Amino acid sequence: MPVDRIDELGGRPEPEQTLHVNRNRALRRFLRHRLAILGTVTIAVLVIACAIGPYITPFDHLFIDIRSRFQPPVSGAHVFGTDEMGRDLLSRLMMAGRVSLTIGFAAMMLSTIFGTLVGAVAGYYGRKTGAVLMRFVDAVLCFPNIFLLLTLAAFIQPSLMTITIIIAATSWMEVARVVEGQLRSLRERDFAVAAEMIGAPNSHIMFKELLPNAVAPIVVAATLTVARAILMESYISFLGYGIQPPEPSWGNMLNNAQQYLNSAPWLAIFPGLMITLAVTSFNFLGDGLRDALDPRLEV
Amino acid sequence: MAGSAQPAAIGETVLKVADLCVTFRTPAGPIEVPRGVSFTVRRGETLALVGESGSGKSVTSLAVMRLTPKPPRCHVRGQVLLRDDAGGTRDLLSLSDEQMRRVRGNDISMIFQEPMTSLNPVHTVGAQIAEAIHFHRNVGPRAARERALALLELVGISEPRKRLDSYPHHLSGGMRQRVMIAMALACDPKVLIADEPTTALDVTVQAQILALLKELQQRTGMGIIFITHNLGVVAEIADRVMVMYAGRIVEQADVGPLFARPMMPYTAGLLRSVPRVDLAGAGRPVLETIGGNVPDPLRMPPGCAFHPRCRHHRPGRCDTAVPALEDAGGDHLLRCARWREIAEAAS
Repeated sequence: MPVDRIDELGGRPEPEQTLHVNRNRALRRFLRHRLAILGTVTIAVLVIACAIGPYITPFDHLFIDIRSRFQPPVSGAHVFGTDEMGRDLLSRLMMAGRVSLTIGFAAMMLSTIFGTLVGAVAGYYGRKTGAVLMRFVDAVLCFPNIFLLLTLAAFIQPSLMTITIIIAATSWMEVARVVEGQLRSLRERDFAVAAEMIGAPNSHIMFKELLPNAVAPIVVAATLTVARAILMESYISFLGYGIQPPEPSWGNMLNNAQQYLNSAPWLAIFPGLMITLAVTSFNFLGDGLRDALDPRLEV
Repeated sequence: MAGSAQPAAIGETVLKVADLCVTFRTPAGPIEVPRGVSFTVRRGETLALVGESGSGKSVTSLAVMRLTPKPPRCHVRGQVLLRDDAGGTRDLLSLSDEQMRRVRGNDISMIFQEPMTSLNPVHTVGAQIAEAIHFHRNVGPRAARERALALLELVGISEPRKRLDSYPHHLSGGMRQRVMIAMALACDPKVLIADEPTTALDVTVQAQILALLKELQQRTGMGIIFITHNLGVVAEIADRVMVMYAGRIVEQADVGPLFARPMMPYTAGLLRSVPRVDLAGAGRPVLETIGGNVPDPLRMPPGCAFHPRCRHHRPGRCDTAVPALEDAGGDHLLRCARWREIAEAAS
């Protein structure tokens, strides 16, 4: 078949390692990843339950009922039982879930945006700017995260906002490193040079030409950041520096349950289960996205 | 294809490069390629830049576009004078980065060897052409799209309206190179640098692209700097040819005289090493080669850089001083200490 004939017909699509081309194939790969599907479904259920659940349950998460303290699960009106003050555990878990998931998503957004900016600038400009920025990233990475978190939390009035910011401040580095690596290699690609050749300004090349090509690893890193942020919030709340009682969070509920571990183990089991469920679900989702979007698995 | 049987009207000089030197700093020492290159491109003229890999042809074009690495890794000296609309000239090497950005794609454009990777896979063809217009013209999105459509038509893409919304992976290599050309021509540049634009394409598509470039040149009157190592392509498209060796111009002439009577032994060798189907099996080897390799830029031979590979070289004459670029008459420049003797011996 003469070549120009193919030309006329619109050409044959060549396989290319890009997000766009592989969208369908990536979706198929993702759907084959059972654990990722399981994670996605679990996350959806959790989000829906925490979002609308509190409006449906008859019990307020702060309502104290001394007469019905320590009711075990499935024994009466309280499906998940009650705590040491007779508060409904299910309502508290759902309200706590709001806190945890909100912090998880908000911290992910913040750290992804900041990390992407730092990484993009470092990777695009390279040389001195890049070296300085990346050494800064390395320096922040060297900090033991939990201690940094606790120190910061001890100085700052804990609230949803401040905790989110603190967690984001300790988790943007991974995204920055991923984006830096991506941009440094994309920058050398022909289409980046071609854009420069037609007079594109740096900001345009950086954000409109190169960054869209790095979406896949950013999405993966962001998903894993959600899991880590939820875990971190639990840590600091468990240690008493995070969300303050009586407002529940999975972490401080767990902290509270310590004293009743023998007499009312469900008080520890449920929040612990929620944390595990949420974190593993996000990790599975992240793994699934990584496998689905990784062009190296093409063959 | 008729080639340059009827050359476009060649007008005033649009680009004049004078004494261009690019020095790269490497751990092993400084490398200077090109070393003092001067040439002019006139309106409607195609200047072919020929040479082996490492001869400095690509660096020359990048230096003209000011896209060589930034100092201290790389220093550019000399002058790159571009004629502006007012009739004056300005030296591109003295412009600020922002001023230079306005020149790129507007006054000078470039197309590359690899059409497969030169388009961004995540944007549509139409959006990419429209961007090229946006950078330099204050037009709305609809006008830019209309212009992109006109450009796709201009570069001979079938169903241009449909192609506007195609992604690069929908297109074949030849189509993508056409899109690249459309992008490069979006703002009517005065000079187009084509860095081996047909090397990666099939032979039939190659001929189409060459014909397209020639046609577009006749319409717009742009000057073209055509970088290639394919002498067949040179014969087809060029008005003037500049042969580079080890960072220097060794011969420069109009395409006819150069092919008919190459005077520098290197050019002669290059022409002999073009495969010739018509001579195959006629008692002559199908392919001649130039023995040896391009010299190591860190250890340039003294005198004429070509002398270690030259069959005409004479110790004491060729390896002492770098020969000057001489005019052999009729604007035929060459750099060879013994060209007179060689020419006499040949005739």
